[in-house]
Amino acid sequence: MSGGQMQGGTSLGRVRGLGSAKHGAQHWLTQRITALGNAVLMSWLFVSLLLGDLTSYSAVRGWIADPMVALPLMLLIVCAFAHFKLGLQVLIEDYVHGDAARIVALVALNFYVYAGAAFGLFAVARIALAGTPAA
Amino acid sequence: MASSRPISPHLQVYKWGPHMLVSILHRASGDGLAIAGSLLFLWWLGAIAGGEASFQAFMSCVWQATEATAAAAPGAPPAAPVAAASLSITNWIGRAVLVGLTWAFFQHFFSGLRHFVLDTGAGYALNTNKIWSTVVVVGAIFATAGVWLYIIAGTLK
Repeated sequence: MSGGQMQGGTSLGRVRGLGSAKHGAQHWLTQRITALGNAVLMSWLFVSLLLGDLTSYSAVRGWIADPMVALPLMLLIVCAFAHFKLGLQVLIEDYVHGDAARIVALVALNFYVYAGAAFGLFAVARIALAGTPAA
Repeated sequence: MASSRPISPHLQVYKWGPHMLVSILHRASGDGLAIAGSLLFLWWLGAIAGGEASFQAFMSCVWQATEATAAAAPGAPPAAPVAAASLSITNWIGRAVLVGLTWAFFQHFFSGLRHFVLDTGAGYALNTNKIWSTVVVVGAIFATAGVWLYIIAGTLK
C-alpha cells in the first residue's frame, strides 16, 4: 500500500517532515473512549458525592476505603486525566503561539497530568490500603 | 448597489447561533473542569489521605468550619466556639467554584453526549442542530440549579 497513496503538501514539505503528524486519528479515538469512560465514572462519582455525607471525615474516608469505590475511583483518575490531557493539548496548540512557549506549555501539561494522576492514585491507594480507621 | 444576493463567506460578519455557543462552552467547561476541577479533586483526595486534621482544614477552607475543626486544632482555646452558621470569604469562594464546576460538569457532559450523536453523522440539519444545542445549554443550567436546590434543601434540614 505504501508508495501509491495520496500525499498532501510539497515534496520539500514532506522531506522537512512538516504536515500531519499522523496522530490525529489516535487522538480523536482516545478522546472518545475516555469520554465514554468518564460519562460512566463521573456520573457514578457525582451521584455518590451528592448522596453521601461529605462533611463527615469518617464517612468519606470509609467510603473511599471500600474496594468497590477505590478501584473505580482509580479508574476515574486515569480516564479523566487522559481525557483532559488531550483537551488541554488542543487548547495549547490553538492559543499558545511561538515554538518555545508552546513546547514549554505542552511539557508543563505532561508533567501536571502524570504528577497529578500519580498523586491522586497514591492518595486513594493510601486510604484504601490503610483500611477504615479502627477508632 | 445594495443587493440581497449572498456574498462570500466572511470571517467577521456572521450571525450567532446556539451551535456556536455550545461549541465554545464545550471548550471552556472542559478546560475549567480540567484545571480547577482536577486541582480541587486532588486537594480533596490528598486532604482525606492525610488524616482528620487535613480533611477538616480542607473543609473549613472550601466549605465551612465545623466544631471538629476547633477540636482538631492543637492549642485552640476551647472557649472560642465556632459559629457553625458563619461562612468565611474562602467558603464563599469555594462554594462559587463548586457551583461553577457543577455547571461545567453538566455543560460538558450534555455537550459531549451531543458530540457522540454528531459523530454518527446525525443531527447536522440546521433546525435539529439549533434545537439540540439549545437543549444542551438550557439543560445544563436547569440541572445545575436542581442540584444546588437539592444541596441547599439538605443543609437547611
